[in-house]
Amino acid sequence: MSAAEDVVTEAPAVEAVPKRAMTLGLGTSLVVLAALCLAPLFVKNFIIFQMTMLLIYALAVLALNILTGGSGQFSLGQSAFYAVGAYTSAILMEHANMNYALTLPIAGVICFAFGFIFGQPALRLSGVYLALATFALATAMPQLLKLGFFEHWTGGVQGLVVTKPDAPFGLPMSQDMWLYYFTLAVSIGIYIASVNLLKSRSGRAFMAIRDNEIAASAMGVDVALYKTLAFGVSAGITGVAGGLGAIAVQFVAPDGYTITLAISLFLGMVVGGVGWLPGSIVGSAFIIFVPNIAEGISKGLSGAVFGVLLFLVIFLVPHGARQVAMIAQGLIAKLKN
Amino acid sequence: MLSTSTTRIAAFTTAVIAFAAMSGSALAQKKYDTGANDTEIKVGNIMPYSGPASAYGVIGKTEDAYFKMINDKGGINGRKVNFVTYDDGYSPPKAVEQVRKLVESDEVLVVFNPLGTPSNTAIQKYLNSKKVPQLFVATGATKWNDAKNFPWTIGWQPSYQSEAQIYAKWLMKEKPGAKVAILYQNDDFGKDYLKGTKDGFGDKAASSIIMEESYEVSEPTIDSHIVKIKAANPDVLLIYTTPKFGAQTIKKTAELGWKPLQIITNVSASVGSVMAPAGFENAQGVLSAAYAKDGADSQWNNDPGMKKWIEFLDKYMPGADKTDGSLVYGYGAAQTLAKVLEMCGDDLTRANVMKQAASLKDFTPDTLLPGVKINTSATDFAPIAQLQMQRFKGQKWELFGETISGDIATE
Amino acid sequence: MELFTNQVLAGIATGAIYACMALAVVMIYQAIDHLNFAQGEMAMFSTFISWQLMQWGVPYWGAFILTLALSFAGGILIERLLFKPLAKAPVLTNVAGFIALFAIVNSVAGLIWDFTIKQYPTPFGSSPFLGSQLISTHQAGMIGVTILLLILLFIFFQYTRMGLAMRAAASLPESARLVGINTSWMIALGWGMATAIGSIAGMLIAPVVFLEPNMMGGVLIYGFAAAVLGGLTSPLGAVIGGFLVGVFENLAGTYIPGVGNELKLPIALALIITVLVVKPAGLFGRPIVKRV
Repeated sequence: MSAAEDVVTEAPAVEAVPKRAMTLGLGTSLVVLAALCLAPLFVKNFIIFQMTMLLIYALAVLALNILTGGSGQFSLGQSAFYAVGAYTSAILMEHANMNYALTLPIAGVICFAFGFIFGQPALRLSGVYLALATFALATAMPQLLKLGFFEHWTGGVQGLVVTKPDAPFGLPMSQDMWLYYFTLAVSIGIYIASVNLLKSRSGRAFMAIRDNEIAASAMGVDVALYKTLAFGVSAGITGVAGGLGAIAVQFVAPDGYTITLAISLFLGMVVGGVGWLPGSIVGSAFIIFVPNIAEGISKGLSGAVFGVLLFLVIFLVPHGARQVAMIAQGLIAKLKN
Repeated sequence: MLSTSTTRIAAFTTAVIAFAAMSGSALAQKKYDTGANDTEIKVGNIMPYSGPASAYGVIGKTEDAYFKMINDKGGINGRKVNFVTYDDGYSPPKAVEQVRKLVESDEVLVVFNPLGTPSNTAIQKYLNSKKVPQLFVATGATKWNDAKNFPWTIGWQPSYQSEAQIYAKWLMKEKPGAKVAILYQNDDFGKDYLKGTKDGFGDKAASSIIMEESYEVSEPTIDSHIVKIKAANPDVLLIYTTPKFGAQTIKKTAELGWKPLQIITNVSASVGSVMAPAGFENAQGVLSAAYAKDGADSQWNNDPGMKKWIEFLDKYMPGADKTDGSLVYGYGAAQTLAKVLEMCGDDLTRANVMKQAASLKDFTPDTLLPGVKINTSATDFAPIAQLQMQRFKGQKWELFGETISGDIATE
Repeated sequence: MELFTNQVLAGIATGAIYACMALAVVMIYQAIDHLNFAQGEMAMFSTFISWQLMQWGVPYWGAFILTLALSFAGGILIERLLFKPLAKAPVLTNVAGFIALFAIVNSVAGLIWDFTIKQYPTPFGSSPFLGSQLISTHQAGMIGVTILLLILLFIFFQYTRMGLAMRAAASLPESARLVGINTSWMIALGWGMATAIGSIAGMLIAPVVFLEPNMMGGVLIYGFAAAVLGGLTSPLGAVIGGFLVGVFENLAGTYIPGVGNELKLPIALALIITVLVVKPAGLFGRPIVKRV
């Protein structure tokens, strides 16, 4: 309305998280790892399946965390990358008879490329505009998957049924347990790589952009390159998660990858703590189990109960699980003294 | 010597079974699989209580209420039905999680009436490999009638494709040479109708169907599609949409002053939730086909079956919106399951449940149209296969012609 | 050519729906500086309230005014109870709050009023407008109300103390506080006004798309797109954006061969993104200069 230009000293959308605060200490990491390794030995196959999904969504939340928490870019379109990864794995397994393990790196590479290309126009957008662009991507994806043109490969609206792999070398374990340990190995690998990425030169560049883009650029950071790179890496990891998801669920269909999934992943990131990588698994647990809890409380009002629980969480700990961890750390330090 | 002893034990077991069978009622043999015992039968179900298809959640609530009524009346053969239902949000990955929970954690005897083609496709392989019955699925895809490849999956409602074939054949007979346009929802449901229509027209498909227009569920209105179809000037408009878009289509064509012959899918033929919102004056002469009675249609006011239905609603679901077709649907499906469990007697094994589900003879739930009967066999896994054409007149549907069987098997 | 004219007219009619929603989006953006994902659901809930009032025998305009007042109060209440405590929390946490609100409102409406669609009355009638069957009197009335709202908003933001204070509070909260503006209450007021405008949008849209708990899902996406295209800071831009999106979407669906019809929403969104890449603040938005 007014011709005058607004000059804004804008606070960054994502607050600065020092990089050391992005990970867990070695001791805590080992305890968590031991728990993840041993738990399946004592529970039913169904719980193992849920734990597999927990790891898969944790990977997807982690990927979003690298993008938002790391480089400060917002995305509501992660479901699109997840879908591309899932379909890549499913199509390679069912049409090309490829080994499931081999399909994952391919899914990752394809999604990396896809994310990198999408990152180009996204470069010029920020805040709500970027939110809309990624949102558009998420809404478009199921429609693209349904297109008659791709139907021969994607199965169109009917989707594709995927065969679940058996444990190799005649290992005496169920399909579910094997897939869990396989997913766990992939997740640990990606987690370690992500932590190292954020500690590296590239990671520092991401964070410089997140904290102040103009200042970063003045300091000689190639803003365009690192922003698109962040999109690529995030999409690549999400793609691997999508591939694993397709194998675990044994089915891909356009209805599985709607905007609802993107919103869930976003919630997972907020609940886990933006920019705190270990929080990803807490966020993932939230989006898998809290809807079940809500449903247990009331069928007719499950949505409302979920909303109320979500409000409770963000009221009590607006910074998510990271805040809980910080408080716990503080308490432990006090006890030691 | 292991083999000898095994044979002996086997022979002995056979003898015991033979003896038990002969002794008949005096020594009634009770056989159970996981999920059934002397006092209880556990039935699992998944429904979209949240998410985009939450309108259908009413089906699950109706079934839950129906089994409460059954239990209040003493249960089935003395056993209470424990109906466990979970929300899948119409998402295939969630459907898999919830069904595995039902089978492995809640240990249900059967999974009954899970809703939606994508969700059912996602769980079909799992349930068949576990040999758990996937009974009376709540979708009209043709693929559920495939006893050979999926002996543990059975449908319930008439298939979308057979319904569409009925329309095509009716048009060829009554309106030969008419130009036909199709408006369909771009998903498995719409595409099944599209295929059925083309199959029904056979080699006349290319010359009869002049336009196939699809829309997405996310679109707020479909006005633009109607304007586009009108420009092609077809004589017949086939409306393969969900209720909201069906009502919009009927209203919009009237607003445009356009009066083609309109045929609307059975899914959207509800008097209360489609015809009334679209405006009765706009809906005159619209055609459809039906297999169940409409709760909002006054012609069934004195029907004994529907009286029972209303009695049930008043007692177990007070305040329910009687115009909602899902209430009729859930009641009919639950009644079919109750019938099957009753037929199972004391042999509540999964194999026997499946066997009884495939042995229904002329069964008629309270809510089905007169003349429509449920029949199944070892090779026919399509329980309801009959439909009757109807025309909208005044404020209700008028049935005409005979009930038509539209059975088609999976290729 | 006739098809072209018809599609443009139909696009304008549908565009009025988007324009109406986009105005509500701009309103909340002016007040809180981000988008409210629950806005469509709140509008839906308001519309249900007006429907319920009419069921109880309140005449249309009485229900309309009452709903407006209730929505205004409801908006303020939601802000005070749910979002004021989150004022210091990170932006993304607030977004999560909007999503929670979305889930609550949608679920509660479904429980109270069921998911079956309901007919909603229009005060304008639905006969052809000026002899054209493509635009009904209702749609013409809707365009009229949208333009009226636009003028009122323009006057409010441009010439009233309150409007100016609200703009100041949203874009420069620190400075606004220094000149004595109660920024906290400005935000609450913004919520109230946005909810009231949303309720008008809902009551105008419901006769076209029918009333049901999920009725705003699709509309909100288009409303966002329209507001962003027009520039989030400009009510005029939002309205023009709404009409542009409506018309463009119809033309893409009709004239792009092959995939046009199946992909009309993605194509429309892609075009908007292209516009944004060239003009990052939207067609009518003020460019924002950042200071380091």
